[in-house]
Amino acid sequence: MRRKSKFFLPARYLLLIMSGVCIIIMLLSFTLNISGGPLNAAAGYVFVPMQEGINKVGTWISDKAVNLKNLSDVMAENEDLQNQVDELTTELNTIKLEQYELDNLRELYNLDQKYPSYEKVAANVIGKNSGNWFNTFTIDKGSNDGIEVDMNVMAGSGLVGIVTDVGPNYAKVTSIINDTSKVSGMVTTTSDNLIVSGSLQKMNEDMVIEFNNLNDKDNEVSINDPVVTSAVSYNYQQGILIGYISSIETDSNNLTKSGTITPAVDFEHIEEVLVILNKKQTVEN
Amino acid sequence: MRRKITVFLIIAVCYLLQSTVFQALSFASISPNLMIVVVSAFGFMRGKKEGLWIGFFTGLLLDVFTGSILGFYALLYMYVGYFNGFFRKMFYPEDIKLPMLLIAVSDFSCSLIIYFLLFLFRGKFDILYYLLNIMIPELVYTMVVTIFLYFIILKINQKLETIEKRSAVKFV
Repeated sequence: MRRKSKFFLPARYLLLIMSGVCIIIMLLSFTLNISGGPLNAAAGYVFVPMQEGINKVGTWISDKAVNLKNLSDVMAENEDLQNQVDELTTELNTIKLEQYELDNLRELYNLDQKYPSYEKVAANVIGKNSGNWFNTFTIDKGSNDGIEVDMNVMAGSGLVGIVTDVGPNYAKVTSIINDTSKVSGMVTTTSDNLIVSGSLQKMNEDMVIEFNNLNDKDNEVSINDPVVTSAVSYNYQQGILIGYISSIETDSNNLTKSGTITPAVDFEHIEEVLVILNKKQTVEN
Repeated sequence: MRRKITVFLIIAVCYLLQSTVFQALSFASISPNLMIVVVSAFGFMRGKKEGLWIGFFTGLLLDVFTGSILGFYALLYMYVGYFNGFFRKMFYPEDIKLPMLLIAVSDFSCSLIIYFLLFLFRGKFDILYYLLNIMIPELVYTMVVTIFLYFIILKINQKLETIEKRSAVKFV
């Protein structure tokens, strides 16, 4: 027997009230662009440490398993690599000389580096989106570590995505392969702009993402050309590698082209990411 | 109070497993939906009201960590819990057919609603593709996991109910 409350509210009225509450929350978060706030903080402090723990154990176990499997491979590889090291050392010496020369010449011409090196902070992926529809994940650094919404996220040399929500000790990253993501990109060989959009279907089928609106009248863009984030992008820093073009088609309007890009990052196995702490400077700020 | 804490722990453990372990164990980038099993199971075991609350808080948790708009999953899962509550009178713990069916229907209708609201309206019309490659694999995987998870939840619930009955008798 359960104790009854002072007044009894039938379930259907409760459903009605809570539906209203949900819809109001949705409208508020949509129009005012607010995220959880204190809710984020509370949930973050409860769940993030546990996720970190599970991930540590998981990585430890998989590391051990991989270690055992790879030991013999590594021994053979080590020998090969040792030979390679010798070769490369000689090569390096030549290159060092050339670099020295280049530095001198750069100084003479007063050339700055084309792309400034951004300040970055490393973070671990601690949880992936629990559903199968969207490609977002949480990382173990948050506003306490200086991370803000709209900061770019990289893994290795490639673009992973953008921070869309932060809690005190975690941040939510929406990756560029997410079905709703769009990035303004540029083909490095011809400096033509295009729009890169994530696609669940294309990603599941061939591990590629889509691009469109490429204006290339002279057919100069070819397969395997690298695509980087463009200067006109609103949220993304300039010159971060997105991926390589894997197919091109002319659109039915005969003016623009579209096709697919193979991302530079292996999205199935992201464990560590780098968050760029500089945000893109826009007109307003 | 004991029940609330236990339910919270079940939800927490399921969420943690789903966002970490089951992402690593995914087949063809499909992972099972443990949260729907929890919400649905408590719905038909405990009735509309409790299903509604558990659905709401589970959904809110998903919204905070994964959703793009706060409140969407809360609304969806709340309705899942509520509608499962209608089947409380038909539910017998020994029979696994009805729970399996209810969980399957819940998971599938959730997938369909997510597809209609978040994909179809953005011009992704290839429903057959999404059906065959996302919804049905998720359904199958979820059902496999349900066989184990459902009995764990059932046992925990039965234990809680006997404790509650005992303490109720004491007061009388």
